[in-house]
Amino acid sequence: MNLRSSVDIITEWDIVAARQLGRNEAKDVGFGTVDQARITTAISELARNIYLYAGKGKIEIRQITDGNLKGLLVIASDKGPGIADVRKVMEDGYTTSGGLGAGLPGVKRLMDDFKIETVLGEGTTISASKLLR
Amino acid sequence: MPQEFKRQYREILEQYTQRQTEHNLYEGQNFSRQLIQKNISPEEVISIHKASLEELMPELPNNVWHSFDLLIEVMIRYGLALKEHQTLIKKQENFRMEMELASNVQQTLLKTKVPEMNSLDIGMISVPAKEMNGDYTHFLNDDTTVGIAVADVIGKGIPAALCMSMIKYGMDSLNGAETEPIVVLDVINRIVEKSVSDSMFISMFYGTYDTSTSVFTYASAGHEPPLFYCAKSNSFSELQAKGLLLGVIPNVKYEQHSISLGKDDFVVMMTDGVTECRSKEGFIDQKTVMDIIESVRDQSAQDMVEYVFHKLEELQEFEQRDDFTLVIFKKK
Ligand SMILES: Nc1ncnc2c1ncn2[C@@H]1O[C@H](COP(=O)(O)OP(=O)(O)O)[C@@H](O)[C@H]1O
Ligand SMILES: [Mg+2]
Repeated sequence: MNLRSSVDIITEWDIVAARQLGRNEAKDVGFGTVDQARITTAISELARNIYLYAGKGKIEIRQITDGNLKGLLVIASDKGPGIADVRKVMEDGYTTSGGLGAGLPGVKRLMDDFKIETVLGEGTTISASKLLR
Repeated sequence: MPQEFKRQYREILEQYTQRQTEHNLYEGQNFSRQLIQKNISPEEVISIHKASLEELMPELPNNVWHSFDLLIEVMIRYGLALKEHQTLIKKQENFRMEMELASNVQQTLLKTKVPEMNSLDIGMISVPAKEMNGDYTHFLNDDTTVGIAVADVIGKGIPAALCMSMIKYGMDSLNGAETEPIVVLDVINRIVEKSVSDSMFISMFYGTYDTSTSVFTYASAGHEPPLFYCAKSNSFSELQAKGLLLGVIPNVKYEQHSISLGKDDFVVMMTDGVTECRSKEGFIDQKTVMDIIESVRDQSAQDMVEYVFHKLEELQEFEQRDDFTLVIFKKK
């Protein structure tokens, strides 16, 4: 069974490919339509950030288990410029899209668990997971 | 919980698809109130709709079912925007509470007691436009002399309020009521000049009234000139005194003047929140303000300032734009 797969993000079209991969995996785990849409929206946001701010990077999708719960882990990684002020970026209303309810705080809301590691000049890795309840 | 919502919604939907009555729609509306209370997001509502429909009309063609999936996708961001909105509202509420606390702290910090004097009747009112007051009033007194400081930070709100604390600190360092007005302004000017950024300006008036001689001595740092009411001639005049705003340069020569008060004469000190009152027709002119004051000249100083405030509030249709401070010294 292939429980690990990834999409390189280089062009804008790769965002769609990452979404497709995420949706297939989410379906496979057994997520319903609403959760599938939430997971793919989160993937969209992360992939778009890579495309916009880092130039290129990778979206990796893993099926996970936590106790007897199944779930999905999304890892977005890049070797871009990194994020200077993570605390600010995680504040509501900070995104350049302003008040459209997405961006990284949106990703955090859509998923159950959210981790961000970033080093200036070296890159950013964001992991977000959701369990099937 | 969603299971229970689904059952209820299915019921309402079934009724409506059969009868299409206003009553059914009303039930639908009431139902949405519950959904909002329980934080059910828009995409979930559509999913509930789809699931109910699947039970009620399983024979619908596939493309109809697919269309709901698109709609769910479209609604995800609405759900996020709603949640973001809710947290922002909570944040705002926290800010408001913090402001209220800060305003209480300020009031305690800047509290000044209106002194009771034998031959002088004193009235004072100071009402902020927002939570924090950028006007400042401070009394100093001994048995025979009362000192009064009225200051106004250009600007409102928190920055203005923080600035005021500094003036209070300066006033506390003075020796007492008998310090000469030009000395007071000089001391405060040096403090402000040292500690405040160039973009902050403060105007200040300082006056002392000596009950043994009935003489009012005053100086001003770019402040609104007080009005002097002479009872004998039943007329107002402005008490002019030249002087630069506080904090601009360290060495300023302030002017000091004196005036002698007769029985029932009074001095009205104020901030520009009083002179720059505006009604729908434009600025309320000085003449109007004088007329209002004159109409209550026989009342106690405290009643006078309160009356003037309420009257001007009324003329402005209860929309106070600036901090408002009014002090009256009236010779008994
Ligand atoms: N992968 C990344 N690399 C570098 N900077 C990023 C990355 N992702 C996000 N950022 C920075 O964080 C900010 C906020 O991102 P986000 O919450 O997605 O909102 P938006 O993209 O609308 O600005 C971006 O404007 C960008 O400066
Ligand atoms: Mg973004």
